[in-house]
Amino acid sequence: MEFGLSAEQRLLTDSVVRYLRDLAPLSRVRQIADGGRADDLIAGITELGLPALLIEDTHGGVGLTALDACLVAEVLGYHVAPVPFVANAVIAPTALRLAGSPTQQRAYLPKIAAGEMIFGAGLSSRTGARAGTGVHVRNGRLSGATRFVLDFAADAYIIADSDAGLHIVMADAAGLERRALETIDRTRPIGELIFTDTPAEPLPNAAGAFATILALGRAALAADTLGAAQYMLDQAVDYAKQRHQFGRPIGSFQAVKHMCAEMAANLEPTRAFMWYAGNSFAALPDEAPRLASHFKAHISEVGTFVAKTATEVHGGMGFTDLVGLHYWFKRIGFNRQMLGSPERLREDVSG
Amino acid sequence: MDLTYGPEYDAFRAEVQAFLAANRAHAPADARPKDPASIRWQARLIAQGYTARIIPAAYGGAGRPPDILKSRIIAEEFASAGVSMGLGGQGISMLVPTLLEVGTEAQRAQFIAPTLRGDMVWCQGYSEPGAGSDLASLRTSAIVDGDDFVINGQKIWTSTAHIADWMFCLVRTEPQAPKHDGISFLLLRMDTPGIEIRPLIDMTMNRNFNEVFFTDVRVPVTQIVGKRGDGWKVANVILKNERDSLSNPNAALARLNALRDIMREETIDGDRLIDKPAFRDRLMRIEGRVMALLFNDLRVLSSQLNHGQDASLARMVVKLQGTELRHELERLAIDVMGENGLAYGSNPYLRDRGSWQYAYMFYLGLIIGGGTSQIQKNIIAERGLGLPRESKLATA
Ligand SMILES: Cc1cc2nc3c(=O)[nH]c(=O)nc-3n(C[C@H](O)[C@H](O)[C@H](O)COP(=O)(O)OP(=O)(O)OC[C@H]3O[C@@H](n4cnc5c(N)ncnc54)[C@H](O)[C@@H]3O)c2cc1C
Repeated sequence: MEFGLSAEQRLLTDSVVRYLRDLAPLSRVRQIADGGRADDLIAGITELGLPALLIEDTHGGVGLTALDACLVAEVLGYHVAPVPFVANAVIAPTALRLAGSPTQQRAYLPKIAAGEMIFGAGLSSRTGARAGTGVHVRNGRLSGATRFVLDFAADAYIIADSDAGLHIVMADAAGLERRALETIDRTRPIGELIFTDTPAEPLPNAAGAFATILALGRAALAADTLGAAQYMLDQAVDYAKQRHQFGRPIGSFQAVKHMCAEMAANLEPTRAFMWYAGNSFAALPDEAPRLASHFKAHISEVGTFVAKTATEVHGGMGFTDLVGLHYWFKRIGFNRQMLGSPERLREDVSG
Repeated sequence: MDLTYGPEYDAFRAEVQAFLAANRAHAPADARPKDPASIRWQARLIAQGYTARIIPAAYGGAGRPPDILKSRIIAEEFASAGVSMGLGGQGISMLVPTLLEVGTEAQRAQFIAPTLRGDMVWCQGYSEPGAGSDLASLRTSAIVDGDDFVINGQKIWTSTAHIADWMFCLVRTEPQAPKHDGISFLLLRMDTPGIEIRPLIDMTMNRNFNEVFFTDVRVPVTQIVGKRGDGWKVANVILKNERDSLSNPNAALARLNALRDIMREETIDGDRLIDKPAFRDRLMRIEGRVMALLFNDLRVLSSQLNHGQDASLARMVVKLQGTELRHELERLAIDVMGENGLAYGSNPYLRDRGSWQYAYMFYLGLIIGGGTSQIQKNIIAERGLGLPRESKLATA
């Protein structure tokens, strides 16, 4: 048995790490968070093949696995990369592959792979609908509202209705109102879609495929949290070595050592969890949704703990914008609520 | 054990309730420094004796006789009504008690009344880039030259420096003395030449605190509180007050009640959050913690009224427990709201003007500010439980 990453997988993540380190440093993330455009970064990750990751080569993609998508998401989280991914590169291609017709696959997958189209995803009517939301279908047209649409700045959306259906809705469709929503995490745009008899294209095989589509989206968001938490831990450890108080490095105080050790002890096992859950989409497909739910619920709790503790290790510095740690703190907070909160996920898997 | 306050106090409570019913429309949602409505509300509360209660009228206070139970009734009733207790801030909560205890008559006469009215806003210049938890290692220097101190150095994390008229600060006046004995407590005007203020954005995206730079800033020697070299002792007079003020259990109770209301309103797939066992249990755990701190507070109060009761450990844990509890409480509210709980700024689904996300982050700030949780634990272990100090630190 061999439970670890392949050389190809390391090459893949290394290439993304190098790209983001050079072209999306914190200064650039700040600029985009403050309203700057990310077109060049989106073009850059497209060139690296990120939107094509889960698309088969017959449709112009690279045909990699769910685990590869998780590994990339982890890198994006580590760099709080302000680029579309979970909806555009994970949920939409998976939905088209598993639930779309051959015509739909031919129409959209090559465009996603080439970066000619970006897809958002609004699944909130199936992940714990809040008052005022819910999408209903009449004569093939949609009415209602879905909130918290991921990768909101898109050309088209995958929309879950309140039954078991999935639909493609064009961003410029008649009867579609789009409202951007400001959240604490300014590295990823989300928004609300309000449908009034809006034309939509149903995905014919949605019913049987939805659980897997959603699970993969969850696994990717969870991997993003793992990356973001790993960054916060790394920063805390560095800071604890450098910062001096009482004439010695704060990392020499057992209180600070133990904060760092506890973060590591909680975080490190989630890496194997991610490998196993990511791999299960290929190896144990029936178990994948349950594993993905548990992985996301668990990493959300660990992430919340790491976000708080790493901030505390930085003292007042952690609370300010000076070192920008809050971008990671907020990204972890965002992932926690999206596509199912820990309570919701645990309720799902306990049944 | 007698938990009744007595008939006189029941009458007083009724009086406070009647005042709140009649006047709450004038109260600002949050009292803010320099805000005219907040300043008018402050004046009304002082006239009524509900704030600055026991400060002598000669200094602009309400001049009522000390009565801890009445003060407590006021705090309880304002918190349960969700009405602002008037202006706070470091001038009122820290500097005024300091001057009352160790200021000169001239200093009391000059500073207390305008501070209480809200006409004179203060900031606290303690922390420096190299001196946070180890505050006594601060290096900003003040050297006597004629009738002035001349100050050079830098402060950081100075809350409200950008709107403050005055600062109370700690500076090093005796560089040769051991580190705790070389510090003095000075008062200075923020418009003194040589002061530069640079705002810092915090994680809530507000500009609430600042870096403050001093270059040859001249301050009259009369603006010292206490004697030269006594600054550490002066600061410690009120450190306890600061720590208590960061963790008011009545405020936590009001917040808990607001959270319970949200849980009755918010639904997920049509089910109320209050009916979801996992969320309900989290709420009940927090309710238990709020109760523990409320009754702990009552015990601390009792120890001030009755000789021979020792509540020093009970008081020592308050900052640690109170700030951690609030952070948890606010976090539960966000989980209850789910994705809507992420709303911030201009988001139309923002509840209570975003106060839950804001407070979730701000209380993480308060876990750090005013002595971090780790420092609080050191204090509890060493001073509260008598555990040996870390050897190298004892001599540092
Ligand atoms: C919201 C907020 C408002 C503030 N307002 C003001 C203000 O108005 N005026 C002002 O002067 N200051 C203010 N401060 C500063 C505050 O008092 C300091 O941030 C705090 O004392 C911690 O110091 P530091 O930031 O330098 O962290 P550090 O002291 O560098 O601490 C870093 C980490 O090391 C740990 N550590 C340090 N020493 C020890 C030890 N001996 N044992 C165990 N662990 C240790 C700490 O717990 C922390 O986790 C404010 C801070 C915040 C967050």
